Amino acid sequence: MTDFGLACPIPLSDYPTVTLAHGGGGRLMNHLIERMFMAAFRNPHLDRRHDGAVFETGGGRLAITTDSYVVRPLFFPGGDIGSLAVHGTVNDLAMCGARPLHLTVALILEEGLPMDTLWRVTQSLAEAARACEVSIVAGDTKVVDRGKGDGLYLNTSGIGILEHALDIRPASVRPGDVVLVSGDLGRHGMAVMAVRAGLEFESEIESDSAPLSRVVQALLRRNLEIHCLRDLTRGGLASALNEIAATARVGVTLDEAEVPVREDVRGACEVLGLDPLYVANEGRFVVFLPEREAEVALEILRAHEVCREARRVGFVHEDPQPPVTLLTTMGVHRVVDMLSGEQLPRIC
Amino acid sequence: MKYVDEYREKRPAQRLAEEIARSVTRPWTIMEVCGGQTHAIVKNGLDQLLPPEITLVHGPGCPVCVTPVELIDKAIAIASRPEAILCSFGDMLRVPGSSRDLFAAKSSGADVRIVYSPLVALQVARDNPGREVVFFAVGFETTAPANALAVYQARNEKLSNFSLLVSHVLVPPAMEAILSSPGNRVQGFLAAGHVCTVMGASEYELIASRHQVPIVITGFEPVDILAGILMCVRQLESRCSRVENQYSRVVRQEGNPRAQEIIREVFRVTDRKWRGIGEIPRSGLGLSDEYAEFDAERRFNLGDTSVEESAECLSGLVLQGLKKPSECPAFGTRCTPEHPLGATMVSSEGACAAYYRYRR
Repeated sequence: MTDFGLACPIPLSDYPTVTLAHGGGGRLMNHLIERMFMAAFRNPHLDRRHDGAVFETGGGRLAITTDSYVVRPLFFPGGDIGSLAVHGTVNDLAMCGARPLHLTVALILEEGLPMDTLWRVTQSLAEAARACEVSIVAGDTKVVDRGKGDGLYLNTSGIGILEHALDIRPASVRPGDVVLVSGDLGRHGMAVMAVRAGLEFESEIESDSAPLSRVVQALLRRNLEIHCLRDLTRGGLASALNEIAATARVGVTLDEAEVPVREDVRGACEVLGLDPLYVANEGRFVVFLPEREAEVALEILRAHEVCREARRVGFVHEDPQPPVTLLTTMGVHRVVDMLSGEQLPRIC
Repeated sequence: MKYVDEYREKRPAQRLAEEIARSVTRPWTIMEVCGGQTHAIVKNGLDQLLPPEITLVHGPGCPVCVTPVELIDKAIAIASRPEAILCSFGDMLRVPGSSRDLFAAKSSGADVRIVYSPLVALQVARDNPGREVVFFAVGFETTAPANALAVYQARNEKLSNFSLLVSHVLVPPAMEAILSSPGNRVQGFLAAGHVCTVMGASEYELIASRHQVPIVITGFEPVDILAGILMCVRQLESRCSRVENQYSRVVRQEGNPRAQEIIREVFRVTDRKWRGIGEIPRSGLGLSDEYAEFDAERRFNLGDTSVEESAECLSGLVLQGLKKPSECPAFGTRCTPEHPLGATMVSSEGACAAYYRYRR
């Protein structure tokens, strides 16, 4: 057994306990993953730093991934924890370039959860799985004491098959690539936050939660030279680009004027003092591919309802420091940093 | 987005920058008072659009940054009591106290809740009659009316389990303190537009005439800030020292009388310690005698303590416009958002946070 007390790679003097920021998708979470989990589990699959692992079998390549869902409220405008748990894992498989095949679902239920709520979530899981053409092939159920869970937590793991020869991962990104984003940003984060904060806007902001496997399959069928795909969940576009740029040792420059954010989401972000570049999405991804293929890729993306607003937002260059910069609408460049933890609403 | 997009357009911003360059004949140092303005300047690179003669220095207008470390410690002490629920704006949770921050207190079991308004904290008090609910009332004149209203309502409802931990500060005394300090280099001010929305312009006229300094009440978008700088430069070049209102779409001369009324009803002006700067006379608000029972410091019988700050942290100098964050030897090395030495590194309005996030 490793003596964690002595060898813990995150000095206790820094963070003697886990804080919420360690799950915020920012730098602190990155430290936790890099210094604790990567150090403990190191292997070539994890070294790829992708949304899932791709491994060889006798007959070809498979992808595997897992994700847990602790969203509150369980039902939010545009989705619920059930559909989210299917979309999230299906999307992680899609980002590996895989066609999703099977999912497992583990449920952690809190004593006292209304059976009707559980039934609604179960139906939502089933319906989302049908829509994504995956089957839920194994599962697990645990019940914890009242007060020890937020109603219900879900975990889904998934397996998918790769039907192409591409090596889709951050390290494949190279200078000359363009960055495409599949749609407007920040909807899921703001939809959930608006409900949690009791904020009311003129129109309700709906989560963008959606499966992306079909559109990714469409990109792959056209034999485009895709270098990397990444869904923009916690930490938003800014965090995803920072992670990819750091792994690929390249720089990414974004054009602020091209980053699509819907009016109501911008308004909500303004009210709370949040930057949509860091707000979570559940149905958006970025594509890195050579510039010459950008137009074809955009055409394919826009042909799918979930990617109607797909745009070219930036490009990859050789200078890795700082990893991500933004050409502002004012015409000057600034750094797009990775945040420490989650964004916090400001005072005034 | 109306009232936002037209103030973020490149062309009017460029025209203003060119006009500033044409108007300026010698070096001037201008302070933007509000941390929100500082962030807009650094985020949009507005200083890079200005001629070299103009130096912008960043002011003390970040309420999170100037909240004394002793009050953070008190907030942690209150939150750590089993009967207490501490409600706070999210911004305060990462601010270092003398040994830890509210996030750390939360992770070791303190009931700390992020709220978006003091009225939500009031609701928490209604929903939890068996608990003591304390709202961490931080901010300038901007947040004072809503915080005052929460206490006012609590008293009307005879809600006995609600109180405020007050750390309210006022902008004009801080501007006076900066102008009166021996090392001052500020020659003109961009005053904080939203503070003036509440308080009006009259307080600033006294400062402008007493210190012979132009003060331009300025908004927060790029075009606002550049227009404010142009108005300030024109005054400086023609040796004027008036109060002007760039942010007239929001700020009225008399401010918001109803908001002022509720502030006067609930609060009284007190001396206040500013983190990194020291005590400034009559620079804060405390609960008036009539509302003293809602004072959390009194309710929890928290004595006065004094805490030594990190000698390495230059945030006091940064907040007075005497140093830029990048001039601090600890910036980005021993002081980062993960390991802040001072509040300016973690507040969303802090100058050090702006430089760290947008400039490294």
